[in-house]
Amino acid sequence: MDFRGMIVIMMSAVLVNNYVLRKFLGVCPFLGVSKDIKSSMGMGIAIMFVMLLASVVTWPIQTYLLHANGLGFMRTVVFILVIATLVQIVEIVLKRYIPPLYDALGVYLPLMTTNCAILAVTISNVSNELTFAQSMVNAFGSGLGFFLAMVLFTSVRQQTEASQPPEPFKGMPITLISAAILSMAFFAFEGVVENLFG
Amino acid sequence: MKRLKTLTRGIIKENPVLVLILGTCPALAVSTQAENAIGMGVATTFVLLGSNIVISLLRNMIPSKVRIPCYIILIASFTVLAEMAVEAYAYTLYQSLGIFLPLIAVNCIIFARAEMFASKHRTFDSILDALGSGAGFTLALLAIATIREVFGSGSWFGISLPWLSEHNAAIFTLAPGGFIVFACFIALVNKISKGQAIKKTEFGCAGCPSAVACGKVSQKGCES
Repeated sequence: MDFRGMIVIMMSAVLVNNYVLRKFLGVCPFLGVSKDIKSSMGMGIAIMFVMLLASVVTWPIQTYLLHANGLGFMRTVVFILVIATLVQIVEIVLKRYIPPLYDALGVYLPLMTTNCAILAVTISNVSNELTFAQSMVNAFGSGLGFFLAMVLFTSVRQQTEASQPPEPFKGMPITLISAAILSMAFFAFEGVVENLFG
Repeated sequence: MKRLKTLTRGIIKENPVLVLILGTCPALAVSTQAENAIGMGVATTFVLLGSNIVISLLRNMIPSKVRIPCYIILIASFTVLAEMAVEAYAYTLYQSLGIFLPLIAVNCIIFARAEMFASKHRTFDSILDALGSGAGFTLALLAIATIREVFGSGSWFGISLPWLSEHNAAIFTLAPGGFIVFACFIALVNKISKGQAIKKTEFGCAGCPSAVACGKVSQKGCES
């Protein structure tokens, strides 16, 4: 297994091509659930978990079922159904067997069905022709990047809530401006991946 | 008169992007060039129109317990159609929209219109509603893209502009520029409407298919 390649994919997914701040995927939960640190961590972990699980399931479906039978164009419909079903199953299993985890993540799970970040990670895995192991690393890295952005942004947002912006900028606009500044900060990671191994 | 209102409501008063703040992901991501914005707008309008027509036709047949899976399949099917059409007839657009083309399937604007309008109204009204919301989405994207392309790349629809093309600020085409331009547009809407643009609990979040399960609606809504 190409260990260096894995690290490059991981770092690129977490820092350089951060899902929310660079690729604008999953902006809705990012803006919506970042009010307090507890719920943003819950959302971040739920996204990480579902991303990984969805990639585990969709990669074999695309490779051995759809692609092998020339049905590659069906991936959008199939993936979205698989993710919706998966989320339901996870919810039922957690509720029945791991109640503490369900209490922590249960609220966020139904939101995953229509989350563009989850669908995007599964589609980009197959459209970039990653291997199974690479897809796993990519999914985990993307989820981790989302979690990181979410937690960082919540801390920033708690400060802006206390401030007094001009009247029209109150609420959503000032939140977006803070997101812009955080996104600028992530531009500092540009080039990290290329120079990782000298 | 009422029908005219259905058509125009989505364009200004309930503009999905700038007033209801739905579909933020594509609005930010593909608005780097005016051409892409129009392409994305047209593709989304097509899916919206298709799903609204079929859902309003089947509104009495779909059991309400399984309506959300039904909507998901219908919307995803129309997205695949749009995806294939764009790939066949506009390949450069297909490449520049990239992942955001299949992601029309999870665009909350389409779910919101299906759940809040098409499932309760006649087909003709649903068509008007889809066209109105689609036009509103396209115009909002075009407005954001115009600012970003003119100041970021010094061109508009690919035509390079004098002076600006040598004095462009590349940040407008990058991610932070997208957030800032979008923020300014929403602030402008707030300024013009004096903060009366919408009651969040009525629109936006409540229209989301996950709203029932989400639990955020009963508190304050996702956004505010």
